[in-house]
Amino acid sequence: MITGFLAIAVTTGIFIALSIFLLIAERYLANYGVCNISVNDGSSIFEQQGGITLLSALYDHKLYVPSACGGKGSCGFCKVAVVEGGGPLLPTEIPFMTRAEQRSGIRLACQVKVKQNIQIQVPEELLAVKQFRARVALIRNLTHDIKEINLELIEPAQISHHPGQYVQLEAPDPEGGFIHRAYSISSPVYEDTKVQLVVRLVPDGIASTYVHNLNTGDEVVFTGPYGEFRIDDNPEREIILVGGGCGMAPLKNIVFTAETRWPDRKIKLFFGARTTKDIFYLDMFKELMVEHPNLQVHYALSDPLAPDEIWDGETGFVHLSVNKFLEDNADRQAFLCGPPPMIDAVTRILKDKGARDEDIFYDKF
Amino acid sequence: MNVTPVWAIFLGSIFTNNILFASFLGMCSFLVCSNRISTAVGLGSAVTFVMFFTTVLNYLLYRYLLVPLGLEFVSFIIFIAVIAAFVQFLEMFVERFSPELYYALGIFLPLITVNCAILGASLFMVIRNYSFVQTTVYGLGAGLGWFLAIALMAGLREKMGYSNVPVALRRTGVLMLIAGVIAMTFMGFTGMISTQ
Repeated sequence: MITGFLAIAVTTGIFIALSIFLLIAERYLANYGVCNISVNDGSSIFEQQGGITLLSALYDHKLYVPSACGGKGSCGFCKVAVVEGGGPLLPTEIPFMTRAEQRSGIRLACQVKVKQNIQIQVPEELLAVKQFRARVALIRNLTHDIKEINLELIEPAQISHHPGQYVQLEAPDPEGGFIHRAYSISSPVYEDTKVQLVVRLVPDGIASTYVHNLNTGDEVVFTGPYGEFRIDDNPEREIILVGGGCGMAPLKNIVFTAETRWPDRKIKLFFGARTTKDIFYLDMFKELMVEHPNLQVHYALSDPLAPDEIWDGETGFVHLSVNKFLEDNADRQAFLCGPPPMIDAVTRILKDKGARDEDIFYDKF
Repeated sequence: MNVTPVWAIFLGSIFTNNILFASFLGMCSFLVCSNRISTAVGLGSAVTFVMFFTTVLNYLLYRYLLVPLGLEFVSFIIFIAVIAAFVQFLEMFVERFSPELYYALGIFLPLITVNCAILGASLFMVIRNYSFVQTTVYGLGAGLGWFLAIALMAGLREKMGYSNVPVALRRTGVLMLIAGVIAMTFMGFTGMISTQ
């Protein structure tokens, strides 16, 4: 009995002693003093106590580099160009880098530790990214597994974005801390006090489960806007939109934004679904088509129709409809959002019809 | 007390009782990290360093704390905790004072925590009833022995890059054969010194 207590006491004592020793060692060894982080050739410089990762240092100074995994080095989103002071490329970063990126000093901000003065380069748009607080105003079921989330901004009260950009929503991680997931903004850019998201419930998905369990009045936090989708300002160019599932979100934004700005612009929207149960927003687009004769909307169902299903639209995979309704060699821009096989198939058809690489924007998920 | 002379313990832990080839401890990192001589040397020196210091620390804790209190049975937990803490400390130390070595060792440093050869060395020093001086020498010798083993294997694997290994034996298969053959040659030393 006494031996038992003694054993516990001694073991605990040694563990505590080791922990204290490590804490003291960390205090003195991992203390790198104050380092300067200089962004874009000194356009902004901030001071940072060394020893933490570059990603958290940038977050502390309100520079929201995209990151979906929360700094675990598993998503590869937080790429920044480190000009000086980043140390050598680590084995944990190599899988996310192309050779060209390795040569040009691109690093994952979550793997670079701030130990000395660092100079970095980030795209100008990233400096405009802010952190928003918002309240859930309305949640609607679009299909059995897709919900539309309407958020009203609290702080800052306005957002300025390009159609097709996305935000990173913060969701509590059951294992502690927060994770971030990217969702495209589906509300048009002129509704600048609102952000609407279209979220599909992923089985066992942490963020999508969190979003699907939100209630009206709940507060959420997100950063944004991010993303490189850019619509050409030339109204003569046709816009092709192809999506599947919740890939509808950025496309809806583009349709409404573009139709409001250029009421006669040619837009063709293709949406791929499995069955009639997966269809949403079709009635809304039908109303819009009445006012805008140059807008075409085609929904395609890939599964064979069940005996009780009624459907007068397209059938087969969505790229077949794209092939059917696009004429050759028109001047066009295309925006694709959906699963990789769909994007690959549609890209092939667009190229056959004369589109160049720089005219095709896509988001695979 | 063990009466083996110190020089015999030193040579024995490197050759006749090589911790890897005689006791087959630390096999996992031995097989995984032996594809290039440079990484093998890096890992080997880190293991030698950690093994030397942890056996000495563990000896002191065991002899002057656990034995007087009659708590030999918690030695496993204590040994593991000391090894883990020491590796943590070493990682911070190397990162601070030698960033080049830190980046060269990369993931291997934390891996040492789970290298069973290191715990094995601490346990052998208990089983064999070594004195402080014997333990010091044994810790160093066992580390050097492991270093030698992984460096040998890495050298052979670099050479093997040019040979045509039968398909069925590629990767781990041929490595196990090679490890076995080297182990047998090391057994040849056994007649010379006995350290048990």
